[in-house]
Amino acid sequence: MTASSHPCCAHHAHHHELLVEDLRVRYRETFALDGVSFATSCGSCVALIGPNGAGKSTLLKAVAGLLPVTGGRILWRGTRVARWSREIAYLPQREEVDWRFPITVERVVRMGRYPQAGWWRPFSRADEAAINRAIELMDLSALRRRQISELSGGQQQRVFLARALAQEAHVFLLDEPFTGLDRNAKATLAATLRRIATEGRLVIAAHHELETVRGLYDEVLLLRRRAIAFGPVDEVFRDPLLDATFGRKEAACPTG
Amino acid sequence: MPDWLIEPFRHPFNQRALLAAVLIGCTNGYVSAFVVLRKSALKVGSLSHALLPGIAVAILVAGLNDWSAFLGSLFAALLIGLGSLAVSRGSRIDQDSALAILYTAAFSGGIILLRRLGVTREMDDWLFGNIMGLRDHDLWTVFWISAASLGVLTALHRPLLMTLFDAEVAATLGVPVRALHYLLLAILIVVLISSLQAVGCILAVGLLVTPAATLYLLTDSTHAMFWGGALLGGLAAAAAVLLGWWLNLEQGPAIVLVLGLLFLAAWIFSPKYGLLVKRGR
Repeated sequence: MTASSHPCCAHHAHHHELLVEDLRVRYRETFALDGVSFATSCGSCVALIGPNGAGKSTLLKAVAGLLPVTGGRILWRGTRVARWSREIAYLPQREEVDWRFPITVERVVRMGRYPQAGWWRPFSRADEAAINRAIELMDLSALRRRQISELSGGQQQRVFLARALAQEAHVFLLDEPFTGLDRNAKATLAATLRRIATEGRLVIAAHHELETVRGLYDEVLLLRRRAIAFGPVDEVFRDPLLDATFGRKEAACPTG
Repeated sequence: MPDWLIEPFRHPFNQRALLAAVLIGCTNGYVSAFVVLRKSALKVGSLSHALLPGIAVAILVAGLNDWSAFLGSLFAALLIGLGSLAVSRGSRIDQDSALAILYTAAFSGGIILLRRLGVTREMDDWLFGNIMGLRDHDLWTVFWISAASLGVLTALHRPLLMTLFDAEVAATLGVPVRALHYLLLAILIVVLISSLQAVGCILAVGLLVTPAATLYLLTDSTHAMFWGGALLGGLAAAAAVLLGWWLNLEQGPAIVLVLGLLFLAAWIFSPKYGLLVKRGR
């Protein structure tokens, strides 16, 4: 497959599998992740659910290649992810980004073409086309010359998504994408993530609003340093398992 | 034209000083955008002070020549930069505190040592610069440092900017983030050393922060910050050297003072981010 085309991978899901096996990540003396395993593939929208400090961000960063893995392995399409992969996009928490940085929406999206263009090469027609398509898809055409400091939370999140689309990533790793968004922005983002997954990409998001899990995600990974459970929402997103994840008696999951 | 206006241009050492001021001002102005965008002014200030003890030790060990001063200051800056990392790693002390402790202690040692070495007259030059004392080969050193650092930074502009904006995302896109951080640090130190002769190690940080900080108040474009910073640094340095001749001012401090006044003007009058606009809102 060439870098400039992105055939829908939902049709060959078996080729586009993300396999995490017995993953361990250690910070100094303690394990942030201790033997986490799960397997999923393109076309799915996966929620990472767990209490603070359960290792959700750590898992995302490990899959993105940002953290040294102490044990186990991560396979994407059958091969180990080396330090980074053009096919895997990482979208950090919005609070971790300096939004006063003097840069326009378009320039952030253009960064997504770095893997293709490298240090010096001028952007090709294919690069420009991918950038324009990503900006249009994320409904940012009117904002492309805007400073990122002038954007709303929902728009900021869409800029990140546009960069990942320009990158032509297959796997979207999002860290708490809904945090701090207003209701409308949350609804728009949910619809956008659904579309990105339906088009044949793999979306994995750390998520902390339990009310909104159903309807948005296909699969859930309940995480508390270990994988408590992994599977389709209907099977896994249940009170006993949630109690085990959050370590408490009262149910957090609304019945429905 | 009145003779007093022209007269200074006739002397070769004045011409050298003017040329050096423009080169140093431009390079520092360009590099200052990295310092401002990385919010690392404090660290740069510490490193510039770390140059002095390096020079003192170099003079003690090898006597005063250009290479000993250059290598001594380079070594001292690296030692204190890495030392602060070593002290803060796995300790309750954060890196800024460690850096402040190390550089003030080293700086004090440097002053005591320099006095004992009997180079008191030159101490002022190390502290506050002496751009009139530049010789031909000093000018060449400044030129090569400027050309090399501007060349490297321009060539690596794309990955550097991505690293500055968000190092983690840059790493997931294949940017060699760690290597670029070290490269940037090395270039910062070399540029600091090149401006030592012009403005001295105490004022050097002013030259490495003020130009881009001024532009930051005037523009939203990173390109304008880099090249505008270079332009502003070069012009301000040249203007300060000329003012120094005509008004009989010390040139090193004049450069930093002119930059400071320009910053103040931008801080008050910037059409978008100035004090007056913010008040008016």
